[in-house]
Amino acid sequence: MDFDLNKQNLREVNQHLQNVDRKKNTRKFKISNPQGQHAICAGLKDDIDVTIKGHTGYYCAGMNQKAAITIHGNVGTGVAENMMSGKIIVKGNASQSAGATGHGGTLIIEGDASSRCGISMKGIDIVVKGSVGHMSAFMAQKGNLVVMGDADADLGDSIYEAKIFVKGKVKSLGADCVEKKMNKKNIDELTKLFKKLNISEDPKKFKRYGSSRNLYNFKIDNVGAY
Amino acid sequence: MKKDLKEFKTFPSSTIKEIQRAANEGIYQIRGLGAKRKVPDFDDLVFLGASMSRYPLEGYRETCNTSVILGDRFAKKPIKLDIPITIAGMSFGALGANAKEALGRGASEMGTSTTTGDGGMTQEERGSSKYLVYQLLPSRYGMNPDDLRKADAIEVVVGQGAKPGGGGMLLGQKINKRVAGMRTLPEGIDQRSACRHPDWTGPDDLEIKIQELREITNWEKPIYIKVGAARPFYDTTLAVKAGADVVVLDGMQGGTAATQDVFIEHVGIPTLGALREAVDALKELNMHRKVQLIVSGGIRSGADIAKAMAMGADAVSIGSAAMMALNCNADLYIEDYKKLGTEPGYCHHCHTGKCPVGVATQDPKLEKRLNPIEAGKRIKNYLTTLTLELQTLARANGKSDVRNLEPEDLAALTVEAAAMARVPLAGTDWIPGKK
Repeated sequence: MDFDLNKQNLREVNQHLQNVDRKKNTRKFKISNPQGQHAICAGLKDDIDVTIKGHTGYYCAGMNQKAAITIHGNVGTGVAENMMSGKIIVKGNASQSAGATGHGGTLIIEGDASSRCGISMKGIDIVVKGSVGHMSAFMAQKGNLVVMGDADADLGDSIYEAKIFVKGKVKSLGADCVEKKMNKKNIDELTKLFKKLNISEDPKKFKRYGSSRNLYNFKIDNVGAY
Repeated sequence: MKKDLKEFKTFPSSTIKEIQRAANEGIYQIRGLGAKRKVPDFDDLVFLGASMSRYPLEGYRETCNTSVILGDRFAKKPIKLDIPITIAGMSFGALGANAKEALGRGASEMGTSTTTGDGGMTQEERGSSKYLVYQLLPSRYGMNPDDLRKADAIEVVVGQGAKPGGGGMLLGQKINKRVAGMRTLPEGIDQRSACRHPDWTGPDDLEIKIQELREITNWEKPIYIKVGAARPFYDTTLAVKAGADVVVLDGMQGGTAATQDVFIEHVGIPTLGALREAVDALKELNMHRKVQLIVSGGIRSGADIAKAMAMGADAVSIGSAAMMALNCNADLYIEDYKKLGTEPGYCHHCHTGKCPVGVATQDPKLEKRLNPIEAGKRIKNYLTTLTLELQTLARANGKSDVRNLEPEDLAALTVEAAAMARVPLAGTDWIPGKK
């Protein structure tokens, strides 16, 4: 089923996609002419496939549950923000706060992602085939951020239990974020993720970063770390 | 103090003690609840009442409407509350589950709303609350679209009166297994939330964020924007511009579960002055009564509520006072107050998780001290009292609807209050700063 945002309004399109009848309706959809509109495919909750042909604005696929959404273009701020499950693929680049606070599911960005990618992530897996901007994985709580390119300054600042894997260079690490040993378990996890996503990369070429857990409890001796 | 000893005005004994504590410990004080300093407040205003020039309503017989509709600017399903007194956002984590349930029970019996907090929505709270406002905070702890759809309204929290510009704080002793699980955090850590939202930075972005929230919830839910009293005229203007259905303004007397004492006492402005600025902004935009204004921060009595409404608020919100109705600072379990180094009437130890009366705690033994059914009845009784007081004052000023109270019904007892509230000093027609 096709939608054209030149001819239909966003509310009409989102409402249809948010209320798909599992028995009667088709499960594959295409949206053309997104023209950078905001909140396209926000709040979807069924396992449907949606293809968006063009660039989207803020919060594309926000709070997604179960749906698989592919964007053939660039995305604005907060793609897949607070995603719970499902799979989002961005064929182009992503603006800031991609995958912010995501609880689950997978976000794949084939280009670069701007600053604060994975900010406060809570269980989502984010794979960026290009590079990520500064303060990525800020206060990241759970899940995996995998970067095949480089990471800009202050990666993983104030990180909790999320894991970061970077293949390229890291400009600098943020407060309480340290490089950690890439052990067999981590390699196995990454291998499994790459296999699931059909990505041909060698996990051994990645470095792992995570929390040193020194700032989990406020101690005056650590005040200089902030 | 002995008669012949002269205390330093700049360095009273309490200041000397604090300097010496800081010198020994090297860290600021963290505590709960709101400002303890005296600031101009609603006690500095009085109602004029009716006489020869105004006609009162029969105090015990004639009806005086208290209902209010919130969120009818854009939302398909605005909330109609029976009373203009709501329960402010307080997290499960800061408060125990019994306290949250009791608030829901009491509020529901009175036909009004309660609000979640930094940590998500609990089943107890949703189950016991007829109207539940779901907060969207910078941390997004426990945020999920299913709960968003279950809510009756959504409150985007930009700030709170106790700490405008600061993020939430919940110390490790309150991060037990359930709280940690809801927030996706390790147990026992000192949770210090972000002070800025992760995916928007200004009012233009917020407008787009609100559009997303409306798309996810079928444009049904009223969207509130909560701000701490920092620059209320501009903050209210920008909240309206961003598309709020309701603005929640929290003055500096508003409480918190935990933050730095220096923040509580020295950041933000009093509710009295903040309210007047917010009403000015709404009137300038011709949005007064179209975007509803809820004011909070130090509301204690029906008199406070009546005065806030006379100044232009559509409703009020109570947090600290509701906790006190649950027994916060009650003369019970005195030995446990002593263990905290305090006494009933002075306690602000919410941050420790050792609340003697079982309100602000996650300790199962302490929590048992609060029966949610009995405590819910106390909330109902308290809200009933506030409503009766509010109606009494409205009728005395000749109003058949509490929202008909107006600034003309008020006089100020101090020059400061006259200037802040912009009502005449009692016995004069003088409003400082107004020509």
